[in-house]
Amino acid sequence: MTSTRGFRIARGVGLTLFAAYFMVPLLSMLDFSTRARGDEGRTFDAWRTLVENEDLREAIIASLLLAVLTVALMVVLLVPTMIWVRLRVPRVSRLVEFLCLLPLTIPALVIVVGISGVYAWVDYLIGDSALTLTFAYVVLVLPYAYRSIDSALSAIDVFTLAEAARSLGASWLTVIARIVLPNIMTGVLSAAFIAVALVLGEFTFASLLHFDTMPVALVQISKTDAKASVAGALASIILITLLLMVLSLLHRDRVTRTPGQES
Amino acid sequence: MAVTEVTTPAPVAGTPPAPGAGLKIAVGSYVPLLPFFGFLLIFLIVPTVTVVVSAVQDGEGGFTLGNVRALTSDAAVNALWNSIILSGSTAIIGAVLGGLLSYLVVSLGPRSVIRRTAVSVCGVLAQFGGVTLAFAFISLLGFSGVLTEALRSWPGIDIWGSGWLFGLPGLIVVYCYFQIPLMVIVFTPALEGLRPQWREAATNLGATTAQYWRMVGFPLLTPAFLGSMLLLFANAFAAYATAAVLVSQGNPISPLFIRSALTSEILLGQRNLGFALALQMVVVVAIVMGAYALLLRRTARWMR
Repeated sequence: MTSTRGFRIARGVGLTLFAAYFMVPLLSMLDFSTRARGDEGRTFDAWRTLVENEDLREAIIASLLLAVLTVALMVVLLVPTMIWVRLRVPRVSRLVEFLCLLPLTIPALVIVVGISGVYAWVDYLIGDSALTLTFAYVVLVLPYAYRSIDSALSAIDVFTLAEAARSLGASWLTVIARIVLPNIMTGVLSAAFIAVALVLGEFTFASLLHFDTMPVALVQISKTDAKASVAGALASIILITLLLMVLSLLHRDRVTRTPGQES
Repeated sequence: MAVTEVTTPAPVAGTPPAPGAGLKIAVGSYVPLLPFFGFLLIFLIVPTVTVVVSAVQDGEGGFTLGNVRALTSDAAVNALWNSIILSGSTAIIGAVLGGLLSYLVVSLGPRSVIRRTAVSVCGVLAQFGGVTLAFAFISLLGFSGVLTEALRSWPGIDIWGSGWLFGLPGLIVVYCYFQIPLMVIVFTPALEGLRPQWREAATNLGATTAQYWRMVGFPLLTPAFLGSMLLLFANAFAAYATAAVLVSQGNPISPLFIRSALTSEILLGQRNLGFALALQMVVVVAIVMGAYALLLRRTARWMR
């Protein structure tokens, strides 16, 4: 690539401008949410509201629980299936991949429109709790979860591991849970982080199915207390960013630990 | 068909079953897949099929094209048109600026810390659409937003206007915030695939920088660039949350039209209109993603 002095200066200016563009709205949230009435000083009242407001606190707890449940169901449903498909029924691997990536092409909004009948049954069988959103969220996180688990599985020699374990008398359950799973832990962890990040910010399903999760509650509060909603939004961004940063560290870790292997 | 009974010892793991080895189907080895397929059937396939089927059904379940015809009403056409303008303009702006940012980042060289940071930050920002993004821009450009008030006190410009942030122009500005990083994510691999050897070969043959880009670089990158633009289009077309928070009333774009069809069931037949609108969205996104897949295949030809 060209690296004349003029180009380097232009590049520096360009990158700075882009960085400013991306930073300004975030900084303005911080400024907005801590601005005191009048013109002087700072106040953290809006941030205090986040924990003191009863509805909001419940919604935050619901969102965090949803994140945990989504990760749990995603792991239980996806990991054994993917390992099993690889080991025993590779002929359906294309079908599984297709189904897992399907939610990328079917917009969430479309699934919401069609899912009300299914949720009428869920409501009838399990109850009308925000936590039932777990089912819909597992579908949403499926493509991302599939990709990271699939790349983790490709990076290890599943067949040899499974053969060795089987020949020593391990059951299939043992093979999946105690042999393969520990070896693809980074992939499962990164899938979990992406799932948490998506669930904490999800609005489409929750609002249209009328469940009070954190984003929905923030929107409701914004009508009376804009500062609190901005503070809540910033808090969730910080949390999600931290999660995704940990995720990218995990990725780098995996790359450096298995040099020369396709990840 | 593989011959595997539950009781027989497991075949060597991973060995593909010999074709035509027998007629009995290995039912046992498919059983563990049932929870996964059952779950997806209920929560992904059934909702999607429901949308497609209900779009051509009337209230009693009979076949009708009335809902689909309702898509040609002025309000629906207007919403679709606005959606196309929104997705198209943010796809173009996002692709151009994101492509530029991507080029700047790649030119830093593969070992650059700034480059790696920039790519992971873009990964975060591309997922950033939704409630939080809407609030970020309200805090910046809203009536008492930080920038609005700063410019109001000096130099006395009123950028609030009459609330453009909460209409189509506002959506265009806000959507760019996640479209540009998404472009960086999807376009950077193509830029990285541009090998230095090609540049050297062109230079050896006497090409200037401009000639290299005009005759080698741009033609190679064009399919990837257009493909990324299509992906951005689909991304904006299907986005709901950001718009839903910013635009609290009226339905200027398709996704919000779906919302009002879903939530206001006072009007007769609105429910099924919602299905028809959702079907329209599926069709648009499917066409765009299909074209994207074609372009991606073209890019893959020289990317390996």
